[in-house]
Amino acid sequence: MANISLNSLTKKYGSTEVLHHIEAEIEDGEFVVIVGPSGCGKSTLLRMVAGLESVTSGDVMIGGNRVNDLEPANRDIAMVFQNYALYPHMSVRQNMAYGLKIRGKPKEEITRRVEEAADILEIGAYLDRKPRQLSGGQRQRVAMGRAIVRDPQVFLFDEPLSNLDAKLRVQMRLEIRKLQKRLGVTSIFVTHDQVEAMTLGDRLMVLNGGYVEQFGTPIELYERPASVFVAGFIGSPAMNFIAGHSDGGDLILPGGAKIRTNLSRKADILVGIRPEHLVRNDEDGAISMQVEVLEHLGGVTLLHGPLEGSDQQIVASLNGISVVEVGETVRFDAPERALHLFDPATEKRIEA
Amino acid sequence: MNKARRNPVNMIAAHGILIAYTIIALFPVVVILINSFKTRRAIFREPLAVPDAESFSTIGYQTVFNQGDFFLYFQNSMIVTVASLFFVLLFGAMAAFALAEYRFKGNTLMGLYLALGIMIPIRIGTVAILEMMVATGLVNTLWALILVYTAQGLPLAVFILSEFMRTVSDDLKNAGRIDGLSEYTIFFRLVLPLVRPAMATVAVFNMIPIWNDLWFPLILAPAEATKTLTLGSQVFIGQFVTDWNAVLSALSMAILPVMVLYVIFSRQLIRGITSGAVK
Repeated sequence: MANISLNSLTKKYGSTEVLHHIEAEIEDGEFVVIVGPSGCGKSTLLRMVAGLESVTSGDVMIGGNRVNDLEPANRDIAMVFQNYALYPHMSVRQNMAYGLKIRGKPKEEITRRVEEAADILEIGAYLDRKPRQLSGGQRQRVAMGRAIVRDPQVFLFDEPLSNLDAKLRVQMRLEIRKLQKRLGVTSIFVTHDQVEAMTLGDRLMVLNGGYVEQFGTPIELYERPASVFVAGFIGSPAMNFIAGHSDGGDLILPGGAKIRTNLSRKADILVGIRPEHLVRNDEDGAISMQVEVLEHLGGVTLLHGPLEGSDQQIVASLNGISVVEVGETVRFDAPERALHLFDPATEKRIEA
Repeated sequence: MNKARRNPVNMIAAHGILIAYTIIALFPVVVILINSFKTRRAIFREPLAVPDAESFSTIGYQTVFNQGDFFLYFQNSMIVTVASLFFVLLFGAMAAFALAEYRFKGNTLMGLYLALGIMIPIRIGTVAILEMMVATGLVNTLWALILVYTAQGLPLAVFILSEFMRTVSDDLKNAGRIDGLSEYTIFFRLVLPLVRPAMATVAVFNMIPIWNDLWFPLILAPAEATKTLTLGSQVFIGQFVTDWNAVLSALSMAILPVMVLYVIFSRQLIRGITSGAVK
């Protein structure tokens, strides 16, 4: 068991810097998800922790030891890969035992640990099969089994669920979560799927273009996104952003709608509001929208359309099955506590 | 499946062409085989006839076994071919792994340099090779041949194998690294088993030219003790008289080991040739 700290971790390929001074403290037993769009450097970051990529500058500390110059094998970590990376010519049992065998563990101990892991993951029935005889979900379990038999200090997951079909992904997600809580091993999980990130992580690190946008609990990220990027990335459907300005009391939106805030200075403001936080109020709602498209999802109804008096598209999400017609104008209240205000220049959050 | 494969006309045409090609390819082999069992007179009178009671004779085989140390030649050829193949595959695969796996300065240049040998025939350097062998005292040893054939086979081996090694998943090698495998173990235990079909392809492509070669045995190792089969068979070809029975018998026997090796490799070979193309 160990905590991990990343101190000003930087990665350059030639003269291109892909990760910029990443700082993070990961507690012992914590499950941290690194999430971001493709190309943001999340896999590179994970591979640097694993030791598969060299560190340009900064430190990776595992359990208080600087591991920058240690081989992956000596970092006491286990990794689960996206395409499972099982040894194709070995049986499931051999796959799980191989790392222990290389480390020179006694035979009885290897057998015992493989069987324990097989029990936990319920793969005991096909220990003697080859990976190609297994389904995707089973292979994923074997890959996890190979990680847990080693009893490492840290688990690293590199998008392990993206090759599974949607239903299996949800199921495996829960299993990984349960397993991690049960074993209490510090884990880092990389994904580009924000739902996966929100459901799995104790804390989420949102990466964008090699910078940490925000590092916090899922609820923090949802309720107080630190930047426009995080606000748009977390939550589905994505947050509405409306370019407006503040006259020192009211927010004025395109089309002339006014919303009361306690922001005292005058400035251009990017207003963010989540579709599910728009409250229907056909009497005197500040925001009105002409519905162009309706999406009935059963539990919620999504309304798409332009903000009245402008061509700004917004989305509203109403609970249940709402009786709305396409072409109808619907009015919403935007409660002040649900508003997220951003500086349009820096795209950072403005505390009201 | 594509349409061409299901169309019977195309299928018959394809099989017709393949059968015709097989007949053409096998014809000289069959002629050698049947004539090796005939009397000299019958060979020249009816070269295409199958031996019958009257023309049947094993005089050729008797000559081969009595004259010259045929088994020694056979053994020499076998040692040279197998050892050369072993070294070509071992060093070729190692170089290919390094080229495919590690990023270092001059990687591409090194790859091109190693592939240069595909275009430049090694025989151009015969004189220099002979001088080197004389200087190192390797003339008239089997090592001279093994070294030359290894050098001759490496360029194509590196070229083909590095392409295949690039297809081996990086995650697999990384999983090995995290499991604590050394680079050598990763190479021998994880990567080599996966490129076995490609190795078989390289082996077959190299085996036949080495087995059949006359040039280097004649120049580098013509001594009685190091003669290869191809060179040994030459004793029956004289300037004025050629003992055709013996030549044909010797050749017939020379085909056998190649056939055996081919059968061993062929299952892998077919996979090797098609796996690159059909995916």
